[in-house]
Amino acid sequence: MTAATTNAASGEKIDSGKARQARITGGILIALALLVLFVLDVGTGEVATFKLSRPRDAIVLGDLVVPGSFNLLVAALLAFLGVRQFLRGGVRWSNLSIGIGLALVIMAFLVWATAGKSFSLTGMLQATMVRAVPIALGGLAGVLSERVAVINIAIEGMLLAGAFTGALIGSLLGSWLGLAAAVMVGGMFGMMLAALVVTYRMDQIIAGVVINLLVLGLTSYVTSQVFAHNRSLNNAQVFRAWKVPLLGDIPVLGPMLFQQNLFVYGALILVGVSTYYLFYTKGGLRARAVGEHPRAADTLGIDVYWTRYFHVTLAGMVAGFGGAWFTLGSVGRFDENMTGGRGYIGLAAMIFGRWHPVGALAAALVFGFADSLQQKLALLNTPIPSEFLAMAPYIATMIVVAGLIGKARPPAADGKAYVKE
Amino acid sequence: MTTSIGKRALDDAGRALLQRTARGRSEFEDLVVVPVFAVIVALILGALIMLATGVDLPTIGKSFVALAVGSVGSLNALSETLTASIPLVLAGLGLGLGFRAGLFNIGAEGQLLLGGTAAVVFSFTFPSLPFPLLMILSLIAGAAVGALYASIAGILKATTGAHEVISTIMLNLISYRLLEYLLRQPYIQKEGRSDPISKSVPDAGQLPRLLDWIDPNLRLHAGVFVMLLAVAFVWWLLFRSKIGFAFRASGANPDAARYAGMRSGLVIVAAMATAGALAGLAGAAQVQGVLGRASPGFSAGIGFDAIALALLGRSHPVGILLAGLLFGGLEAGGRQMQVDAGVSIDLIGIIQALIIVFIAAPLLVRAIFPWGFRKDAKGGKA
Repeated sequence: MTAATTNAASGEKIDSGKARQARITGGILIALALLVLFVLDVGTGEVATFKLSRPRDAIVLGDLVVPGSFNLLVAALLAFLGVRQFLRGGVRWSNLSIGIGLALVIMAFLVWATAGKSFSLTGMLQATMVRAVPIALGGLAGVLSERVAVINIAIEGMLLAGAFTGALIGSLLGSWLGLAAAVMVGGMFGMMLAALVVTYRMDQIIAGVVINLLVLGLTSYVTSQVFAHNRSLNNAQVFRAWKVPLLGDIPVLGPMLFQQNLFVYGALILVGVSTYYLFYTKGGLRARAVGEHPRAADTLGIDVYWTRYFHVTLAGMVAGFGGAWFTLGSVGRFDENMTGGRGYIGLAAMIFGRWHPVGALAAALVFGFADSLQQKLALLNTPIPSEFLAMAPYIATMIVVAGLIGKARPPAADGKAYVKE
Repeated sequence: MTTSIGKRALDDAGRALLQRTARGRSEFEDLVVVPVFAVIVALILGALIMLATGVDLPTIGKSFVALAVGSVGSLNALSETLTASIPLVLAGLGLGLGFRAGLFNIGAEGQLLLGGTAAVVFSFTFPSLPFPLLMILSLIAGAAVGALYASIAGILKATTGAHEVISTIMLNLISYRLLEYLLRQPYIQKEGRSDPISKSVPDAGQLPRLLDWIDPNLRLHAGVFVMLLAVAFVWWLLFRSKIGFAFRASGANPDAARYAGMRSGLVIVAAMATAGALAGLAGAAQVQGVLGRASPGFSAGIGFDAIALALLGRSHPVGILLAGLLFGGLEAGGRQMQVDAGVSIDLIGIIQALIIVFIAAPLLVRAIFPWGFRKDAKGGKA
């Protein structure tokens, strides 16, 4: 397949690639339109009621009542976008159309699922944000290390280490010190990953897998060996939600963004800071240069090894903070393997978000949304099995990785060890 | 697992010359000294971790004795070791084969889960088939589903270049949900149960126990022959067959393999499918030989341990068999350790991970343990 494409003239290749992508996008949109029309079909008489406020909110909005014919409108819009893409689409419009299309489908889905019932939109958005936090921080850790070309499969282990340390030190010395310790231990595992792959040139994926196995073993061992007998060591104070004055009273968005605990604010700030750092500062430019072309960066006098150590350690600290969410931000108690693959989902969020902090956050919100929607669906009694909904984000990630929609390009030197001349 | 370390032609030529002259020594170091050293150091570090968590010295001694007795100390221990190693070796063979072809398949866990489930479903769908036939067909059903599931990642990689690490991780996550869903379907779920658990494998579909004429508690089952056959088959496939040569060539140098006329896409899909078939077979052997039914997470991390196993066995079938016996022994001995000395079996997980750290980073081993190696052989393959 590659041989065939290399033979084609390069200009032609790009054009046919774009056209193919536009056709695929168009096809998907039309398929979605048919899905909304036939599967998510709501009887015309029925209405879906979305509650926008909770009784004790400062500003109370009325319920949003959507008639069932909304889904017909969505189907028509999707069909329009799809046909437009199919006939004369450009790459710039492909991504936008898919984005709009997916948002429309989710709205139609919600209307279909709530038809004849009522549903608290605010509560679900708040839950979405909470569930997105560890995934977003895991994704951010992935972005920081992959931008310097170190593949970080170890996010899972770092999250788990953060969760464990948060619970242990949080129980002994208080939550704030527990948080600090979780960040430090996360950083330590980041440094360990850097040492294995930069200094000892171990295969990056193996190193990550090994760290995950090691952390899982260590934390499970201590949990069953020590915590089982000393419960006081595994009982930390949880950080409470803190409402931002004024902003917290905004209807719908307020509870989602400004009535949360430390970890939500921390994640939002970290995403902002790292976006600024990576794309608008000298240090960030150097880090990205190391990820794209380490030899060139080295020639210009950037210390490749040091840059990789620094950023992978930083990634570990971010993941350690994210890990502390599991214990200090939610239940206060550590359980064996309590991260349950959230680190891998963070990795998926990073790819879904195209190696960009804001993208990773957005992808994490999608994952968090699917996660909380899955829980709500059980209450709404829909015929779609909740397991399939839970699979949807992973399938979407595979589609993105396969480059069927848009192109996700990792840093050029990703995964390669660098040997200084 | 060959990471190219720079394109310094002169240096490489020098190293090649050195390797030719000191070949026996460096192979010995790589194949024997490093693994033995890794196991010993991992056990010592395991003892230190026990010490750090407040286990006293006599108990540590007792736990190592229990580890030895529980893995090879009695007929029952040997039977448990072999039983534990069967799925590990089968899945490890698949992963090793993938490594040889340059594919890092993290998805053994998912392939194993779905393969095992397929074997269970097949066996209770045709309960009237006679004994060896049902058993064999169920194993084949497990292998086929494992192969199909793995080839999704293979096809994606061959056609679009999607990295197999990411797609197999996603396929793992999908398989957990899919299994949860399947186990609640009325056709599969055990009658009268509300929790997700499947119907049982009928007697004719089970891998028969081999030693129950000595003691009915001995769990060793006929899967051990499946394991040995698979080792022989993978050895033949890798080192004596045409497609195996294509696997190894594509793994060692994809560009050269393509210029030599090997179809890289086909090689990727075939290698992934074979790896998936072996992982599916591991799942089938586990449900037909030990568990008797499928439940959520019945794979118990075998798919991830198998990664470690394939690395330890240097992706060679015989090496994987030996590594599998070691891990099976650690598993069986770990259970004994938990009973006798009250030390959690999770310690075994730490020891396994440490073994892999040392195996996969020979430079690290050389740094810690310089007197076991020739000085000039430093900086070998990473």
